[in-house]
Amino acid sequence: MALTRAAIESIAHLARLELNEAEIPVYQRSLSSILDFVGELERAATNDVTPMAHPLAGLSQRMRADVVTEEDAHERYQRNAPQVAAGLYLVPKVIE
Amino acid sequence: MSLHTMALAELAAGLRARRFSSVELTQLCLARIGAHGNALNAFVTVAHEEALASARAADTALAAGRGGALTGIPLAHKDIFCTAGLRTTCGSRMLDQFVSPYDATVVAKLKEAGTVLLGKTNMDEFAMGSSSETSYYGPVKNPWNTKLVPGGSSGGSAAAVAARLVPAASGTDTGGSIRQPAALCGITGLKPTYGRVSRYGMIAFASSLDQAGVLAKSAEDAALVLGAMAGFDPLDSTSVDVAVPDYTALLGKSLGGVRIGIVKEFFDAGLDADNARRVQEALGLFSRLGVALQDVSLPNLPLSVPTYYVVAPAECSSNLARYDGVRFGHRCKEPRDLQDLYRRSRGEGFGAEVKRRVMTGTYVLSAGYFDAYYLKAQKVRQLIAKDFRDAFAQVDMLIAPTTPTPAFEIGAKMSDPITMYLNDIYTIGANLAGLPAISIPCGFVRELPVGLQLVGPHFAEATILNAAHAYQRETDWHRQMPQGYA
Repeated sequence: MALTRAAIESIAHLARLELNEAEIPVYQRSLSSILDFVGELERAATNDVTPMAHPLAGLSQRMRADVVTEEDAHERYQRNAPQVAAGLYLVPKVIE
Repeated sequence: MSLHTMALAELAAGLRARRFSSVELTQLCLARIGAHGNALNAFVTVAHEEALASARAADTALAAGRGGALTGIPLAHKDIFCTAGLRTTCGSRMLDQFVSPYDATVVAKLKEAGTVLLGKTNMDEFAMGSSSETSYYGPVKNPWNTKLVPGGSSGGSAAAVAARLVPAASGTDTGGSIRQPAALCGITGLKPTYGRVSRYGMIAFASSLDQAGVLAKSAEDAALVLGAMAGFDPLDSTSVDVAVPDYTALLGKSLGGVRIGIVKEFFDAGLDADNARRVQEALGLFSRLGVALQDVSLPNLPLSVPTYYVVAPAECSSNLARYDGVRFGHRCKEPRDLQDLYRRSRGEGFGAEVKRRVMTGTYVLSAGYFDAYYLKAQKVRQLIAKDFRDAFAQVDMLIAPTTPTPAFEIGAKMSDPITMYLNDIYTIGANLAGLPAISIPCGFVRELPVGLQLVGPHFAEATILNAAHAYQRETDWHRQMPQGYA
């Protein structure tokens, strides 16, 4: 399958990735070849097969009681934030 | 014998008997990292001061007679494990400045066991690679030949252990990222059962596949470290509450009557003939040790790699959505608006292979394609897991080569992702089925180490460790060291 330039731009938009001009044809080629490669899966007969949901048969994600277990540590976590003021994460203006 | 070549158990015994101190051992490792670490590019961060402080604390505990099985032993962690107060980059520009507010459970458990953290090892960016070339900090070199890759993604850990800079190191394995570099560097690498070791604080790549494990000089050393890493953790919802056996105590059992299956599909046309010969020689030895060998077939196994390259990118695209330039990680300069902030922060922060996988995953999960790719892959994955279950009804474990070839040249496979992806052709199956697997050195091909792999049923780490240990008592491949690191 050959992905068009527009397809790559659309995927990059969905993934919120800025690509430069030089990257687009590179990803056109490599993503197309990856899709051809995984297309091999089509030949597997899977009509009555349940998709695998967990690597350990019979197990599923464990649940826990819906109670507060974390203390408020926002100051500690926000030390890694690019821009913070008054305990809030700053981003460009969203609403004019 | 010099300290850097000694087994972990001998080092621990020497520390407890006060024949040498943890400070002396730590200083030796730091000196070796200083001498060779840069040439191999094995470390992203070396924690000199912190390591010596921990070593002094360990020596105090040892002097008071409070030393455990690993007290005072220096280790390195793959830079994917969060370490409180010490930078954690995951090999990415995205996290170049990231300092985790907490320790990963693996880090915390090994700290509680009294180990000394020497530093953080280099790796493929976000663990996406099979050669440790995609790191933002440059490629790791193979100590057997620095023109060659060490394998990946835990290449820094593998190179550091192979060059005897550290006695053991942690790693993670999503599609072979512990076993494949262990094989290419001539060391032992263990990927435990999915859920055996907590992933809390281990930066996520593909959550239905990721598992933490260990790279060490021998199966015996790996058993000791696994015992300290493994166990139930309420902070990881995929952690399984199964008791952790004493892996060391379970070593040394006879292999008489043990049934090992030879996986037909793993001895395919892509396997280097000399590499195949090394595995065949190992089969002969296992047979002499009393193992009953038989051929088994896992007919869906050849679909492992395409299955993986749908499932892993899909999960990666979802996991990596958290890097948005807002809460942590790289942020672009002067964003015009929120969309521009997201797009440029991610475009600049991620390297080429990470972007490729995020886009592949985004595509296979997008409207109209989900059924054809993701759902189909999860069905094939079920077939592969069933093949393994059927095989384990006949045999106790499976044997296979770890890689198709020995280490290749840096740069040789970077332009063709499919060729790179096929490096993991023999390792991916264990991840898809959540199985424990170990790679051990089994000889040399053109003067480069190669490995064989033992794969067991769920939670059968002790079984494969015992078989690996029995092999290593009869061979000295695991004691071979690259030249220049004596």
